[in-house]
Amino acid sequence: MRRFASIAACVALAAAQASLAVDLPGGRFKSVLPPAPGIKEVAVAPFQLDRLPVTNAEFARFVRQRPEWRRDRVARVFADAGYLRHWSSDAAPGAALARQPVVQVSWFAASAYCESKGQRLPTWYEWEYAAAASETQRDGRNDPAWRERIIAWYSRPADAALPEVGATPANAYGVQDLHGLVWEWIEDLGAMMVSSDNREQGDPDIMKFCGSGALTMEEKENYATLMRIAMLSSMQASYTSGSMGFRCAADGPRPPAGVRK
Amino acid sequence: MRILALIAAALAMAGTAQAADPPASIYHLDAELTNQAGEPVGLDLYRGHPVVITMFYASCPAACPLLIDTIRAVERSLDPKVASGLRVLMVSVDPERDNPAALTALAKTRRIDLSRWTLATADEATVRKIAAMLSIQYRKLPDGEFNHSSVLTVLSRDGEIRRQSSLLGRVDPEIAAALTQ
Repeated sequence: MRRFASIAACVALAAAQASLAVDLPGGRFKSVLPPAPGIKEVAVAPFQLDRLPVTNAEFARFVRQRPEWRRDRVARVFADAGYLRHWSSDAAPGAALARQPVVQVSWFAASAYCESKGQRLPTWYEWEYAAAASETQRDGRNDPAWRERIIAWYSRPADAALPEVGATPANAYGVQDLHGLVWEWIEDLGAMMVSSDNREQGDPDIMKFCGSGALTMEEKENYATLMRIAMLSSMQASYTSGSMGFRCAADGPRPPAGVRK
Repeated sequence: MRILALIAAALAMAGTAQAADPPASIYHLDAELTNQAGEPVGLDLYRGHPVVITMFYASCPAACPLLIDTIRAVERSLDPKVASGLRVLMVSVDPERDNPAALTALAKTRRIDLSRWTLATADEATVRKIAAMLSIQYRKLPDGEFNHSSVLTVLSRDGEIRRQSSLLGRVDPEIAAALTQ
């Protein structure tokens, strides 16, 4: 009987985990980061995105399975000295932090976590596409009231304790916490700020920044998204930050082989 | 029994070699590449040599030929003894098109000395990680071309980044100096 109960619990748990990721249909999408001059729309293929950011408790389970990612063992090339420094010990966050989104993780660590689940980090376009949805609309970016609520989050003091995951309302796809909780790593870090002409010489940082400035001109009302881009482009893959977390994604169902449009 | 002991010793040594990598060595990244001959190679295939590593794509019209020219100019600027110890690893950001045949064709056209140079490709996730290690930025454009920052990186014998330069077309004295150390 007891055994039966534990099997039932396992099944329930598996079901809960299966529901952790949400299917997003993808489609043509107007990004604030156009793929090339004159092209505003990007094609986002169907994909799956975790409903919530990864928590400290979840990341602790990963670290127990993969001790090379413990903060006392990680190679410095993968994560800076701030890696998991908010945890109470080398392998555990402490109970108080369990449900908070994990922060102080590098891009390398976040990538390794997602790969351990058979997933990957979302690309920038996937993240931006998912984050364009308000609670009621798949693209809420033209709703001034919604935009203002997002901006309000950015004025919250950064040293306040992080809320737990899942506290913000689900967006139209059923995804939560894309705004209002933490910054999130993306898979194609380093794909955002490349100058349109790699033959240009000069200070690459100045060039990149000018490039982004040029990109932002048409979309200045999307200030929150542009702040994300600025934040992400300032991060190296080994950096960690007290406000940078992540969630995982995966490719969506592909049309069966042989089907052609 | 003796064979077992030998195997154990070899394993122990292999373990030590990895553990001995300095904390900042990019060789900690367990990245599997495929070279121009279609053979699997590690990112650390040139461990023990000073290495110039860069990223490119074979069909690149402008910057990539210049990258090859620049590395050659660096080689020529070095003492021949130093130059002969140098190894060059060029990793493609375009795994879709840069299969071994395309890389071999490029090596042939550009008369690349494959005894000291390797042109390699890897899956997309691995390419992204190597680029992250080298702080190289790239993105695929809708027309199939790529934007990428052109960066030469000098690696020490155990994979630490000694110097980086985005100067193309002539020898960056800092790069030459890093290789002469």
